[in-house]
Amino acid sequence: MKPDAIAVVAQTGLLLAVAPLVGGVIKRGKARLQNRRGPPVWQPYLDLAKFLRKDLVISAQASWVFSAAPYVVFLSALLAGLLVPTISVQAPLSLFGGVLALVGLLALGRFFLALGGLDPGSAFGGMGSSREMTLAAVAEPALMLAVFTVAIAAGSTDLSHIVQAAQAPGWRLLDPMHGLAFAALFIVLLAETGRLPVDNPATHLELTMIHEAMLLEYSGRHLALMEWGAALKQLVVMTLLANVFLPAGLAPVGAAPAALGLGLLAWLAKLAAVALAVVVVETVNAKLRLFRVPDLLGAGFVLAALALLSSFLFA
Amino acid sequence: MDDLPLLLLRLALAAYAAGAVGGLIAGRAAGVARAVSFGAAALGALAGVAGAVAGLGGGAPGAAAAAPLLPALLPGVRFTIRLDALGLYFALLVSLLGLALSLYSLGYTRDFAGRRNVGLFGAAYNSALLATTVVFLSANAVGFLVAWELMALATFILVSTEHERDEARHAGVLYFIMSHLGTACLILGFLLLFQASGGDGFAGFHGIGAKLAAGPRGAAFVLFLAGFGVKAGVIPLHIWLPMAHPAAPSNVSALMSGVVIKAGVYGLARAAFDFMGPPPNWWGATVLAVGTVSAVLGVLYALMEHDLKRLLAYHSIENIGIILMGLGAALMFLHSGHPALAALALAAGLYHTLNHAVFKGLLFLGAGAVVQATHTRNLEELGGLVKRMPVTAACFLLGAVAISALPPLNGFVSEWLTYQSLLLGFGTTPGLTRLVFPLSGAMLALTGALAAACFVKAYGIAFLAQPRSGPAASAREAPGTMLAAQVLLAAACVGLGLFPLQFLRLLNPVVAQLAGQPLPAPLAAGDGLVLAAATAAGGTVSPAGLVLTAVCLLPVPLGLWLGFGRRARVRRGPTWDCGLAGLTPRMEYTATGFSKPIRMIFKALFRPRREVQREYDFSPYFATNLRFESHLEEIFQTRVYRPLAWLVLRTARRIRALQAGSLQAYLGYSFLALLLLLLFAL
Repeated sequence: MKPDAIAVVAQTGLLLAVAPLVGGVIKRGKARLQNRRGPPVWQPYLDLAKFLRKDLVISAQASWVFSAAPYVVFLSALLAGLLVPTISVQAPLSLFGGVLALVGLLALGRFFLALGGLDPGSAFGGMGSSREMTLAAVAEPALMLAVFTVAIAAGSTDLSHIVQAAQAPGWRLLDPMHGLAFAALFIVLLAETGRLPVDNPATHLELTMIHEAMLLEYSGRHLALMEWGAALKQLVVMTLLANVFLPAGLAPVGAAPAALGLGLLAWLAKLAAVALAVVVVETVNAKLRLFRVPDLLGAGFVLAALALLSSFLFA
Repeated sequence: MDDLPLLLLRLALAAYAAGAVGGLIAGRAAGVARAVSFGAAALGALAGVAGAVAGLGGGAPGAAAAAPLLPALLPGVRFTIRLDALGLYFALLVSLLGLALSLYSLGYTRDFAGRRNVGLFGAAYNSALLATTVVFLSANAVGFLVAWELMALATFILVSTEHERDEARHAGVLYFIMSHLGTACLILGFLLLFQASGGDGFAGFHGIGAKLAAGPRGAAFVLFLAGFGVKAGVIPLHIWLPMAHPAAPSNVSALMSGVVIKAGVYGLARAAFDFMGPPPNWWGATVLAVGTVSAVLGVLYALMEHDLKRLLAYHSIENIGIILMGLGAALMFLHSGHPALAALALAAGLYHTLNHAVFKGLLFLGAGAVVQATHTRNLEELGGLVKRMPVTAACFLLGAVAISALPPLNGFVSEWLTYQSLLLGFGTTPGLTRLVFPLSGAMLALTGALAAACFVKAYGIAFLAQPRSGPAASAREAPGTMLAAQVLLAAACVGLGLFPLQFLRLLNPVVAQLAGQPLPAPLAAGDGLVLAAATAAGGTVSPAGLVLTAVCLLPVPLGLWLGFGRRARVRRGPTWDCGLAGLTPRMEYTATGFSKPIRMIFKALFRPRREVQREYDFSPYFATNLRFESHLEEIFQTRVYRPLAWLVLRTARRIRALQAGSLQAYLGYSFLALLLLLLFAL
């Protein structure tokens, strides 16, 4: 389906608007579960506005790669978001790429994020880059195998087709294949978005941080773009998980505004559910040692392989 | 004109020959030799590109008639060439890279003046281009093998250019030995085909495998796989590659990694798809398995390297693996009767072949510029080059993004096609065999992510942050011809990434020749910007569309800047140093440190060993003197090749007793052998 300019603009706005909110909700939820009051859910918006207004301090050792990285990170995450169906089964840019392109775009963002971490020459940034790239490499097979499983079941790598196939009658939420693939992707989600038990988004302790370590030298609008990019990526992965495995409520192709509104509500509800799951996982788990994380991701890979196996054992 | 491609390619071969002879004549007159040999090579390569594109574009001949290359010198020994689609495609590859390399060499060999015989180097370089082009165009087995040997010989000379270094001599000899083991396999394989066909013409070999009995047929396939596998550098036949590629001058490394190892891919494609007839299932499965193992192990070993050129050499093994995944899947699809899917998988593998030539050529040229400017290949002594060598750094970054298979560049497109064919492969066979496809797809994903990690390391350590040594701090940008070559290849990476359909039009006749069926309609259309797999519903991708959308989205961050941060100022300041007295390059993250987590995760493979010695006065945390050593076990050498070499030497020692230097004994052996032969004859 040809890209529709209105849909592209609408989804861009929607993604930009909702992305910081998800982080705010998770932070607030975690605080509530830990008997703290926590920051308001709209705190990330205020942070972004503040970062954007602030002066920039750029490391004298850094090069143009350091300044270009935030734009690449931000734009690649935003582009990836346009490939995912959010409130309608039709993703606005599904013609330009499916789930493989989505994974590729996220990897492109990560590539430049890691380069940006190395550029100022600080050991923190190098350590963060090294760990980020390592964990991404270990997470990638599990991610791809889970993605392959749903893509093979739907006969397409186009996310709009995958979602439509999932909506078709005869599809069961709790069949072993989808259940296992969901579990695998949820583990990957924790790793990809830098959540406990893989990375601790709240820490600034040198030896434990991964994502934050790469951002240490960023300030001002660069930092805002990096943070917003990370929020967008989190939103994209969560939407992928929510809409591929639970396509209920998505507006059909060419739907009326009312159906789109319903789709919006369904999307927000599903995001809230995934965010809640993340909150619970983050609250009841301690951070794993770095060299224990591959075991967790290995478990994700095995789950994805089992999903694949069951996709034709029980078909 | 019908024979325009033939004319142009003959012109190319003549130019290479002239360049070789001219180089030898000019000899040590460096300036003349450089201009003559590399000028001729560049012109020849240009003619080659034109000829190959004209041949492939003009409704390319499937199996064209053979034309004599040279008049018959000896009775029965013929050299004939023909322009079929597969040969033309590889001729395009060698010519395209040859063009960039010749341009680069004009500037690069300026460094040789007074130290080396530029004429001899140029002659060997032109001979290598000539031999490789003839390998791809040969129409008979004898001509092919002669060109194959000439290619090995010329590249051996090139690898040994810096023969005063032990490393280069050792690498050259190992390359020579492995290459000949491979050729021995090929000769045996061709003999088996020759028996069935009764001639050595490639036209007569077409589908000849079907006439062989199952045993010899399998043997011929294994011989071809081993023989071409050595040249391609597949694991476990790869050990020469990570030594030979870095030991050579960088333009030669690019030639070897970009083109010469592709001769192995060409040979395998020629043998498996053209000669051997309908493939049994185990052929494809073997090639797919070998490809997957090479891809994963190749990139893992690459990550452990901190020698920039050895790192790139290991990536060649990885990419050959990815290419073989495509070819192996295509063989499996042919077996299960899905020629359309085989066409898709072949297109993926062959597309990646050209892509790898382009981006690996680019990366080696960049590495060459870096090594020439800093005189070190050790990543730990580089750094900060993005400011001192801006053009080289920008081109290297493009190459790094391309080889990591990231959108929107060419590596992404060919890996996307590979993923699509593997996914579609799931439906081609019943039973558990089908799991092979998604599992190797997952391994391809692992490979891609590890490659990205490796190039973050290579680029981040070599080009970013502060220089880690004096030479890196005083590095100067390379001369214009060297930069022009890099820009040319970087542009090719972008073009092959953004306009895949226009390129697939050239690839279509090749695929049609090998798979017996052209590409699926959406891919064969030849125009447009949206790439679709077998059907549009199966998934589409458009790198150009993504780039255009990204450009359209650019107002978002810029608008935020103008909307909120108009009054924000930019200051330069030092990197945060935790309150110490400033950061020094010694505090930067190292390449070894960067890859440590991966070394630990895969320690069963690498078997890392480290030795730390501390001298201290009161606490081990405040050492006055520290010595640190870290080693990895090279498993293939210690576990496979060393025992094998030992076995050969021991056998040789036993046999040596026969060769005692006594003439009578030798005459006795001859007599005995004659007697035995006569007995057999009776």
